[in-house]
Amino acid sequence: MAFWKGKSQAPDEDPPPTSLLARMRTGLRKTRDVLNTDIRDLFKSEGRLVDDPFLEELFARLIRTDMGVGPATTLRDQVAEEFRGRVVKLEEVLTNISRQTEKMLSGQSNALFEAPSGPTVILVVGVNGSGKTTSIAKLANNLHRSGKRVLLGAGDTFRAAAVEQLTVWAGRIGCEIVTGPPDADPASVAFRTAQRAADEKFDVAVIDTAGRLQTQTHLMQQLDKIRRVVGKQVEGAPHEVLLVLDATAGQNAISQARGFSEVAGCTGIILAKLDGSAKGGVILPIHQQFDLPVKFIGLGEGLDDLAPFDPKSFAEALF
Amino acid sequence: MFDSLSTGFQAAFKSIRGKGKLTEANMRESLQTVEQALLEADVSYSVVQSFMEHVTEQALGRRVLLSLRPDQELIRIVHEELVKLLGPVDNSLHLKKDGCTVLMLCGLQGSGKTTTCGKLAQLLMEQKVRPMLVAADLQRPAAIEQLKVIGKTLGVDVYADLENKDPVAVCQAGVKQAQASGAQVVILDTAGRLAIDETLMGELKRIDRKMSPDQVYLVVDGMTGQDAVNSAGAFNEALELNGVIMTKLDGDARGGALLSVKQITGVPIKFIGTGEKFDALEVFRPEGMASRILQMGDIVQAAREAHRIVDERDREEMERKMASGEMTLDDFKNMLEKVAKPGLMGKMMSLLPGMGQMKELLDSDEATGGIRQTIGAINSMTAQERRNPKIIDAQRRARIAKGAGVQSPVITQLVKQFEMMKPLMQGMAGGGTAERAKMLQQLQSGNLMNDLSMRGMKSKKTTGKRLSNDERLKLRKRREKELRQAKRKGR
Repeated sequence: MAFWKGKSQAPDEDPPPTSLLARMRTGLRKTRDVLNTDIRDLFKSEGRLVDDPFLEELFARLIRTDMGVGPATTLRDQVAEEFRGRVVKLEEVLTNISRQTEKMLSGQSNALFEAPSGPTVILVVGVNGSGKTTSIAKLANNLHRSGKRVLLGAGDTFRAAAVEQLTVWAGRIGCEIVTGPPDADPASVAFRTAQRAADEKFDVAVIDTAGRLQTQTHLMQQLDKIRRVVGKQVEGAPHEVLLVLDATAGQNAISQARGFSEVAGCTGIILAKLDGSAKGGVILPIHQQFDLPVKFIGLGEGLDDLAPFDPKSFAEALF
Repeated sequence: MFDSLSTGFQAAFKSIRGKGKLTEANMRESLQTVEQALLEADVSYSVVQSFMEHVTEQALGRRVLLSLRPDQELIRIVHEELVKLLGPVDNSLHLKKDGCTVLMLCGLQGSGKTTTCGKLAQLLMEQKVRPMLVAADLQRPAAIEQLKVIGKTLGVDVYADLENKDPVAVCQAGVKQAQASGAQVVILDTAGRLAIDETLMGELKRIDRKMSPDQVYLVVDGMTGQDAVNSAGAFNEALELNGVIMTKLDGDARGGALLSVKQITGVPIKFIGTGEKFDALEVFRPEGMASRILQMGDIVQAAREAHRIVDERDREEMERKMASGEMTLDDFKNMLEKVAKPGLMGKMMSLLPGMGQMKELLDSDEATGGIRQTIGAINSMTAQERRNPKIIDAQRRARIAKGAGVQSPVITQLVKQFEMMKPLMQGMAGGGTAERAKMLQQLQSGNLMNDLSMRGMKSKKTTGKRLSNDERLKLRKRREKELRQAKRKGR
């Protein structure tokens, strides 16, 4: 059932039957062979026959998480293969899938990288309205609270009042901010932020960028430039490039992850707006394809509404 | 020239003949493809289900017209139904003749409300209507500042009250000031909120009740996924929406959420946002959006074009003529002309199964040139000659060739080709299934295309009975006898 196994496992090792279903199957195969019936069914007092309507319902549940047609089809077909004609509970099947999801997502670290010396530079990128500025505020607050000296860089010089927005947040958090005049070159703001962070021995510098669609090549090139200028100021910078994804986004998030990873070299994801009814399941195919760890989730508009990503609760909330 | 002409003819012929009706069997696979395409475009699952049911109902039993495969026809129907579902178009802001029209924008966080406010203001100013903006987003830091900057850029008044924390009071004061200043439209920029946030949704309801805005628009992010049904449904329940604006469609998002939103709310889609500049607000066109969601634009285009160039009546008339063997060179020419339309040929060919490489060939100037030459030759014939090419003798041939600017063998070849095609077509159009299948096979086998002189082709309807040696001998004797008799008489 683990359709995403491929990435996380070394190709040479024989994959052990890690999934619960697989383990159960192995354990029970002998018994089944003898009885020529599936012993698991004998214990079921209630449940549903795995038939086409069942599989369709399962598929609907999977699709609603925004995981996409491909993964949902794979999962559905695997369940069909293993359970067709048998009696199971849909919820149990889903629980199983979430467990596997959890396992898959647990494989990666969600801790922020810390530069061994000098300031850690974090660049935050994403499409328009995904929640970059708010996420930066929350992240900065989080770091500030943990005793770090945080410097913000108001690199969104394009959108009206974006600089003011971040300045308001900086005031509320009580951290420093570097700003530039409206329509200034964002790279220059990033440059000055990195410079000041190095000179004044800040622990972390978080640089905001203007929202851009991954298809806008010229704006994407700008990110590359920002990367280069901060890299000249601080060795190894940016240490983290966090892509802010809107949890309500659908399959386009895959294209976002691809576009931003290619140009900006993303190191992680902040999944914003997960406090709504959207599930954010699109990070499953993103994980599969780009191996980008989710580092934080956004759960509201308040400064404290940022939590480290927890694969378990995320997976449980999926269905 | 000859082979390409034959191919073109084949295409035209198959087109007109069609391939029967849409059935559950020949639609199954394509329906699945369409369903998948819609889900990948982020149309909500439940909406996809009901839509697919509707389409299946609509498509069953429909005749497959010119589109060459049933699935092409199906996709055309899907597109048509998508357009219907996304429509009807109503781009009017329904401004009041006199007095101040109140527009309210609402939506989730980051959907693009504030930017859309600016875009709407710009649109109104272009129509010589004076707008005013009210900054009712008191949640997000500097949202008021953002609207002020936008107002300044556009030269539009913005009402804001930094002290007041009650959006209802701000809206009321804003509208009052707008009326006093003579603005014709007030746009309320409300804060973004989650549809499940009861407090904030309650606040929005309160604004709606107190202000009773003339138009309430839901602003939806073009990249929204499956959740669109839930959020749009909640907004629609809380407020009486009058329209939808979808933003951020300048990227590669397919915007399937729009279908979900439309299905759930039933209100017209007004505009789509296609950029960050203030003039990047386009009136909504269902056709474009349907193609975007389906991402099968080429097929739809070709199928529609096919429908356009041969209407049902034409087709039946053509079929009748073919079946009765009444085809004249005139009809032949009509068909060729339809096929020779620029660009179409290639499109049609690419739709034919296994005809990929043919497309290249047909895209060449040589091929279309050949068809043009044939049309030219037919044009140089008299009406009588077109009806009955048998009367074309050497003299006529020379005249036609001269008129068409070709060598006279071209004319000979054309006539020969036409005469050979006629029974073939008759067989296909009128004959029984078995015979038709045979003819099709012959057409597709490649003989027609490879053998330039068409010697390999059987032009008779049946090959007739095979004679034994004895019978042949008898026949010869009879023929010789008849010849002798004729000679004797003549003498």
